Amino acid sequence: MLGYYCLLALYSFKCSKTITALMVLAIGLGIGASMTMITVLHVMSGDPLPGRSAHLYVPVIDPHPVSPAKPKDNVVDGAVTWIDAMYLLHTARADRQAAMAAGSLPVHPAQGSVRPFFESGHYVTADFFPMFGTPFHAGGGWSARDDENHARVVVLNADLNRKLFGNASGIGHTVRLKNTDFRVVGVLDDWHPQPTFYAQIDNAAFGSTDEFFIPLETAQELNFGIAGRMWCWGNSGDARLSDHCAWLQFWVQLNSASQASAYRGFLADYWRDQQRHGRFPRPENARLFGLMDWLGNQHVVPADLRLQLWLALGFLGVCMLNIVGLLLAKFLRRSGEISVRRALGARRRDVFAQLGVEAGMIGLVGGALGLCLAELGLWSVRQRPDGYAHLAQMDAAMLLGTFLLALIAGLCAGMVPAWRACRIPPALQLKTQ
Amino acid sequence: MSLPPLIASLTRHKLTALLLALQVGLTCAIVCNVAFMIVDRVQQLRQPSGVAESELVMIESTDLDQDAKPLVRHQADLAALRTIVGVQSAVAVDALPFNHHDWSNGIAVVPDGPARNTATVFNGTTGELTTLGLHLLEGRDFLPDEYVPMGSAHDWNGIDQVPVTIVTRALAEKLFPGQDPLGKDIYPGDKPVRIVGVVEHLLRPQGHEGADNDYATVLPLLPDANDVTYVLRTAPQDRDRVLKQATVLLDHLHANRILRHAQSFEQLRADYFHRNHTMIGLLVAAAAGLLVVTALGIAGLASFWVQQRRRSIGIRRAVGATRRNILHYFQLENFLIVATGIALGSVLAYGLNMLLMWHYEQTRLPLPYLAIGAMALWLLGQLAVLGPALRAASVPPVVATRAA
Repeated sequence: MLGYYCLLALYSFKCSKTITALMVLAIGLGIGASMTMITVLHVMSGDPLPGRSAHLYVPVIDPHPVSPAKPKDNVVDGAVTWIDAMYLLHTARADRQAAMAAGSLPVHPAQGSVRPFFESGHYVTADFFPMFGTPFHAGGGWSARDDENHARVVVLNADLNRKLFGNASGIGHTVRLKNTDFRVVGVLDDWHPQPTFYAQIDNAAFGSTDEFFIPLETAQELNFGIAGRMWCWGNSGDARLSDHCAWLQFWVQLNSASQASAYRGFLADYWRDQQRHGRFPRPENARLFGLMDWLGNQHVVPADLRLQLWLALGFLGVCMLNIVGLLLAKFLRRSGEISVRRALGARRRDVFAQLGVEAGMIGLVGGALGLCLAELGLWSVRQRPDGYAHLAQMDAAMLLGTFLLALIAGLCAGMVPAWRACRIPPALQLKTQ
Repeated sequence: MSLPPLIASLTRHKLTALLLALQVGLTCAIVCNVAFMIVDRVQQLRQPSGVAESELVMIESTDLDQDAKPLVRHQADLAALRTIVGVQSAVAVDALPFNHHDWSNGIAVVPDGPARNTATVFNGTTGELTTLGLHLLEGRDFLPDEYVPMGSAHDWNGIDQVPVTIVTRALAEKLFPGQDPLGKDIYPGDKPVRIVGVVEHLLRPQGHEGADNDYATVLPLLPDANDVTYVLRTAPQDRDRVLKQATVLLDHLHANRILRHAQSFEQLRADYFHRNHTMIGLLVAAAAGLLVVTALGIAGLASFWVQQRRRSIGIRRAVGATRRNILHYFQLENFLIVATGIALGSVLAYGLNMLLMWHYEQTRLPLPYLAIGAMALWLLGQLAVLGPALRAASVPPVVATRAA
C-alpha cells in the first residue's frame, strides 16, 4: 500500500510542479537554517572534559564589598583573591585543588635566528595536571614542593614544544620565558580542551590555547603580568598579594556528592569566619558550581549565537505555516478525487495515510535539501573569524537529526491538511460534479 | 465593492485564510524585531570613538631588556618615529578605544566617598590630545610640568600623585549634573584630581552599556611599563608606508623587543566589530528570507484559489462584473487577510520584544517599526497577489457555460 501511496504522491507532485518545488524549498531553507545553528550550539555546549567533568567544581566565595548594582544576568564572578586561594589550596579539603591565572609571556627560542615571540599560557599549581587529566606526551607535571620552592619548571604544550625543539621532546632543556630560564619537565600531547573551561570565560573561550604552564608562585615571585580581569576594591599594599583584588581562578575535584556538600559547608564556615575578621561583607552565600553548570552560568555560548538559533527556529516555523497552508489548499482542491476514492470504499484513515505519505515525502526531500543548505551554512560559519568557527562540523547524530527534523516537520505540516481533507463529505462533492 | 460577500466567501476557506494570516503575523512580528535589532547594531557600529580614526596608525612594542628604562626608551623611540616623513605627531599610550586594555577605576566626588560609577583611565605622553585628535570642548590641555610616571611597577601609584585630568562630557555630566565641571575635584584613587578640560567623546577600550561606554578620564601619566603602544598621526594615504617604516625603524633602533599589532585604527575598529558585522548580515538575511517565503506563500495560495474559482469568476463575469472588479476582489481579499495577520502580528511583535527585553537586554520596540513593518507586508501581499489576480481577471465569461 505504501508503494502505491508513494506513486500517487509522485503523480500529484507532477501535476503541480511549481507548488511542490516551493514547498520543498521552504522546508529546505527552514531545516537548513535550523540545523546549522543547532549544530553550532551542539558542538559549543559539549563537555570539554568527558569523564572528568562530573567531579570538577568551581567554589564561589564573594569577597566584594556590598554594592547596589545588580549583577548582570546572574553571571557569577568566580575570581578569588590571593589570600583566599592560598587558604583553600593549603587547607586542601578537596580531593584535588588548584589555583591558576592566565598570562602571556615573551618566549626566547634557543636558536638565535628565531625572534622572540609572545605565547599565552597559564600559571597553575601542582594539582592542575592530575585534576584535569592532561595527557602527557613525555615527562609530567610538578609537585607541591616545587610550588613551595618557586621552582623554575615549565610544562609545554605540543605546539610550543615543536616550535622550540622540533620533533624531539624538550624534557631537560631550558626555555627562556620573559627574563628567566625554566627547565622543561613535561610536554603535553596537544591538549586543547574546547572551551578553555578553566580560564576566565570571555569571547576567547573557544579557539584559544595555552602553550605553557608554570608554577603560580614562581610567576608571582617574578612579577609576571597576568592576562584577564583583575578586580580591586580598596587601595592599599601590593594588589596581587592583597585580600582586596580578585584575579585567580580556583578549581577543586570532589569525587562524591557527599564530599561536595561537605566542601560547600567548609566554604560557608570560611565565609562566616572571615566575616568575624571584617572581610566578606556580603551575606554568606557560598556556592559550588559543577563544570557544566559553570559553563552555563558564564554564558560560554555567546548570546548572539543563541539569538541566531531562535531566529532560525522562527524561520522554520514560518516555513512550516507556509507549507501547511499550501498543502491544505492543494488537498482541498483534490476534493473530487478524494471523494471518488471514499465512494469506492477507501476509509478515512486510508485517505489520511495517502496524504500523510505525500506530506512526509515533501518533508524528506526538503530534508535532503536542508542538509545541503546546512552544510553550506556550517561552511560559512567556519569562515567566520571566531574561535568557535573550526568546531562547526556536523556529526552522525546531527546528520540523523536533520532527517528526523525534516520528516517530523513534513508530517506535522501534513497532519492538519490531511485530517481536514479526509473529512470531506464525499456525497456532496460527487453531487456537485 | 461590498464586503459581505467577500467575507462570506472567505469563511468557506476559514482554515486556509487563518493559516495565511498566522504566517503573515509571525513574519510581521519577527521582521519588526529583527529590523529593530539591525538598527540597534548599526548604531553600535557607528558609535563615534572620539579620535581621528582615519589618520591614526599604531604599533605595540615590548622591550625585552633585563634593565630596561621604559621612560627613556619611549622618548627615544618617539623622537625617531617623529622623523618619519608624513608623521604629524607621535605619542606613547597605554589604552585606545577598542583595544581591550581597560584600566577602570571607581570615581568618587568626595574623599573616601562611594564610587558614582567606573571610568577608564587613558594615559599617554605629552601631545596625546592633539595626536589622537580629541575634541576639547572647554578647558585646556595638560601643562608639561603636570606629567608624572604611571608607576606600573608599583601598583600604578601614579594615580595618587597626578594633579589634573581631562574627562569626557558624558562623565562630567554624570558626576556633576548641571554644573560646570572645570575646577572640580574627582577621586579616581585616594587623592583629589582636578578637572581642567572636557572632551566631546572618548570611547572605552571595551564595550560597556549605553552612556557608560563614554565614561573616560585622560590623565597626564607617562606609560612606564615595558609594553607600550605608539600612536602615529598621518595623512590617510600615508598610513601603510608610515607603518612599514615605523616597524623597520623601531627594530633598527633597538632589536631586543617584540613588535606586535602594527595596524591602522580602522583595522582595530573593524576587528572589534567583526561579530557585529556577521550578526547584521545574518539578521538581514533572515528578514529577507522570511519576507520571500511569505510572499511565495501568498502567491501560491492565491493562484490555487484562482484556479479553484475559475467557474465562479466566469459566472460573475457573465453577469456583468468587469475585469477590474475581479482584480479588485482578489486584491481586497488579500488586503483583509494581511490586515488580520498584521493585527495578530502586532501582538506577537510586542510579545517577542518582551522576551528579547528579558533575555537580551533589548529595549522596547518603538511604534514606527511596527508601522513600517505593517506597510511593508501590505505592499508585499499586494505585489504577491497581483499575478494571480491578473490571471483571474483574464478569465473569459464563456467559462461559465462550460462544465467544471
